[in-house]
Amino acid sequence: MAKSKSQAITAMQTWWLLAAALSALLPLTPHVPLWLSALALTLLAGRALLNWTNRRLPARGWLILLTFAGSAGVLAQFKTLFGQNPGVALLVLFLALKPLEARTRRDGLAVIFLCYFLVLAQFFFAQSMATAGLMLATIVAVTAALGSLADARARPADLLRRSSLMLLQAVPFMLLLFVLFPRVQGPLWGLPRDAFSALTGLSDSMAPGSISNLSQSDAIAFRAKFGAKVGDTPPRDQLYWRGPVLSEFDGRTWTSERRLPLPRLAYAPQGPAIDYEVTLEAHAKPWLFALELPGQLPPDSLMTGDYQLLAKTPVTARLRYTVASHTAMTAGLDESAGVLRRALALPGDFNPRTSELANGWREKLKTDEAVLDAATRFFLTQGLRYSLTPPLLGQHSVDEFLFDSREGFCEHFAGAFVFALRAAGLPARVVTGYQGGEINPFDGYFTVRQYDAHAWAEVWLKDRGWTRIDPTALSVPSRISQNLAAAVPAGSNVPLMARLDLTLLRELRLRFDAVANTWNQWVIGYNPERQREFLNRLGMRTPDWRQMTATLAVLAGLVLLGLTAWALRQRRRTDAAQRVWLKLGRRLGRRGLPRASWEGPLAYAARIAARFPESATEIRAISALYGRLRYGSLDPVLLDELKTRVTRFQP
Amino acid sequence: MLSPSIRKPLEHVVRATGTVILGKEGQIRLALACLLARGHLLIEDLPGVGKTTLAHALAQLLGLSFQRIQFTSDMLPADILGVSVFDRDSGAFRFHPGPVFTHVVLADEVNRATPKTQSALLEAMEERQVTAEGLTRPLPEPFFVIATQNPSTQIGTYPLPESQLDRFLMRIELGYPDRAAERDLLAGVDRREILAGLQPCLAPEELLAHQKSVRAVQVSEALIDYIQALIAQTREAPDWQAGLSPRAALALLAASRAWAWLEGRDHVLPDDVQTVLPGVACHRLHPAGESIARLSPAEVAARLIEAVPIP
Repeated sequence: MAKSKSQAITAMQTWWLLAAALSALLPLTPHVPLWLSALALTLLAGRALLNWTNRRLPARGWLILLTFAGSAGVLAQFKTLFGQNPGVALLVLFLALKPLEARTRRDGLAVIFLCYFLVLAQFFFAQSMATAGLMLATIVAVTAALGSLADARARPADLLRRSSLMLLQAVPFMLLLFVLFPRVQGPLWGLPRDAFSALTGLSDSMAPGSISNLSQSDAIAFRAKFGAKVGDTPPRDQLYWRGPVLSEFDGRTWTSERRLPLPRLAYAPQGPAIDYEVTLEAHAKPWLFALELPGQLPPDSLMTGDYQLLAKTPVTARLRYTVASHTAMTAGLDESAGVLRRALALPGDFNPRTSELANGWREKLKTDEAVLDAATRFFLTQGLRYSLTPPLLGQHSVDEFLFDSREGFCEHFAGAFVFALRAAGLPARVVTGYQGGEINPFDGYFTVRQYDAHAWAEVWLKDRGWTRIDPTALSVPSRISQNLAAAVPAGSNVPLMARLDLTLLRELRLRFDAVANTWNQWVIGYNPERQREFLNRLGMRTPDWRQMTATLAVLAGLVLLGLTAWALRQRRRTDAAQRVWLKLGRRLGRRGLPRASWEGPLAYAARIAARFPESATEIRAISALYGRLRYGSLDPVLLDELKTRVTRFQP
Repeated sequence: MLSPSIRKPLEHVVRATGTVILGKEGQIRLALACLLARGHLLIEDLPGVGKTTLAHALAQLLGLSFQRIQFTSDMLPADILGVSVFDRDSGAFRFHPGPVFTHVVLADEVNRATPKTQSALLEAMEERQVTAEGLTRPLPEPFFVIATQNPSTQIGTYPLPESQLDRFLMRIELGYPDRAAERDLLAGVDRREILAGLQPCLAPEELLAHQKSVRAVQVSEALIDYIQALIAQTREAPDWQAGLSPRAALALLAASRAWAWLEGRDHVLPDDVQTVLPGVACHRLHPAGESIARLSPAEVAARLIEAVPIP
């Protein structure tokens, strides 16, 4: 059957569809291949041009060709058509193509639903507050386009107002579902590894320059929440957040050795434990950060032989864990000979001047402590400077740093120090991690950023075990007592948040961080645990998912019931008489005489009478009866009569 | 259902008027509905299609007094409302009521007069009283103005402003008679003779009673929904410069009631609304585009009706 004219979409509706498609496609452009974004935007622009000039849509053959060519492009790009990224790319392609064949309302609806689906797809890539806000705006636009499909003459402002209103009306449902829908641990779909390739963070190797790169970023590494009292936050010089431990050196790069889990926590705490909660940003690596040294492990984590805290899987989503640390602790008194041997290993033929100096210490001095003192004194007196842009170093990087350039970043200090100690026969290793952090006065969270990345040294002494020595602190104390900006020469290129001036900007940024953190903690981080905690507070004792589902069903049912009752009250007047009349219209519609929605009872009856003259009297009587029941007063006896006559009416 | 005996005289009016104005039963009924709804009627058409005859016949058949005012460009308000003249015998001013003091006023070619004179009539229409020299004098009841207007494209006209058009409940066009009716007209007796022979079939009091019973015609929620939907459509659709006013909505309802009453029903159907809609709405709506301006009132109304589903 030919499509009836009333179903064809108008130019105005086409504009709306294009606007909806554009609003759904634009936010996805950074996440699909560039050629696809360009193709999609070109197709939409082409459709807009056709609409503008009121020309015919392209022939079906062209569209089929474009579809296959685009799909082949996606296949070539991703080597598969399955999976999240190729899937989204295909949807983007289809959404750009569909308007080119959208002639009827039904096609328009397909465009709308694709738009809604792509709104969902956007959250595969980002779940920030800004994304959520942008998607809400997109939903308003798409819903307005849906409204325009239903009401071709409505004005744009009315459509937008109506769709915003609908979104507002949906808020209670949204909140209800958000709070009560049973949560599962982790994301519902696996996130691709490459989603995090652009993330910054510490790696498990250190070469000159690798940490100073991080110093240019004020991205947040993690947040920590200590107890509410001021004294609960440890002093700054104890805020060493331990990360990868590097004990192998090839002359230029420090790398970590094969990690073996520690069977038990082999150290003796001194002093009370500090309890805190860490919210770690995704960094695609398994390590977790904790103050040196954690006395109690978070769930699903383990500790390696060099006291590094590891999660069982790489941290690909924001992770929250609680830890208890002892900042004073004796560890590794009974360290195995193998570990100590490896902590002394040095590649030959590197840094002869440093080796000579260290050998001199060893020959002159008797005890390990005295050698350590000599090394410390050397770093204190050598006049080493802290710099974000140290000069490039050659083959003997430690020698050049210590004796020639004397300018370096923490990885130079730590690397050189450990090298010197090893050369003097003291087992030592490099520890990387973060040092310091800053409290956000607006939400009390302790914020550690990438520029807080740091490297320090750990030396093993017979009666003290592994002991932390921070060579950077020896030469440049302000790096530890204040922060990065205080330590580097004036005029260095320091990230905004590390700077000590520009208070207003920093305050704005801190406020924004506090809001974003609330979002992360309560919206993104609303996991089963949080849900349980929240529902407990609402008085649901230990709710399990069955109970939650039941509550959800009951509440949703009640809301729906309420809405239905309200709608029924509104519609009570659409009484039985009208139902009978509409039924007659449908029945005659099948015989080619459908009732137009605007047609009054008399006009429709006249049309039927003209078509079936022998039933003219009957249909006139029926329509008069209906008019009386619907527009006069509803008389039950007459209603029964109407029903009987309509049922019997078979022209 | 209304008892047919009440409407019988009015059916007679329709039929008898039909003997004078041939082939225009729809317009006659609309004019009568307008009268029953206590509204005033504007007839817009070319000279010579029977506007005056229609007004005259209606007045005569309903037993109402009738005055005709031929509007000219040198006419003054006093020529319509009346004037106070010094009476030497009584030594005081005496008010001589103007032609407006009557049941049916035929304001012929109302758009030939100056706006000042037009508004004198229109104020009397609205308030159903005349205030002259500080004294307010009520007009007789029923009071019904039939104004005729030449299409404003003709020379020498002062078209009625929108606010004054709104005072007329309905505007109808008579149009040329069809071929058969025109032949009867040419072949038959002189219309003036028939007119003179028409006998009143109603007293003014009866007409007032009918007007009252029209106001009692039942209007259901569903019908009010429909009228609201129609009004909303005129306000929302881009076809018109401005939508219909609440006064227009009231006019639509009153006219629909009168039409339903004339049809012998005690309730208003959407069909009644649709029938009176061209007459009530079209002179109040101003098209916003070229394409709509070219449509006839009937086409405009059909466009409006077809855009609004009956709830």
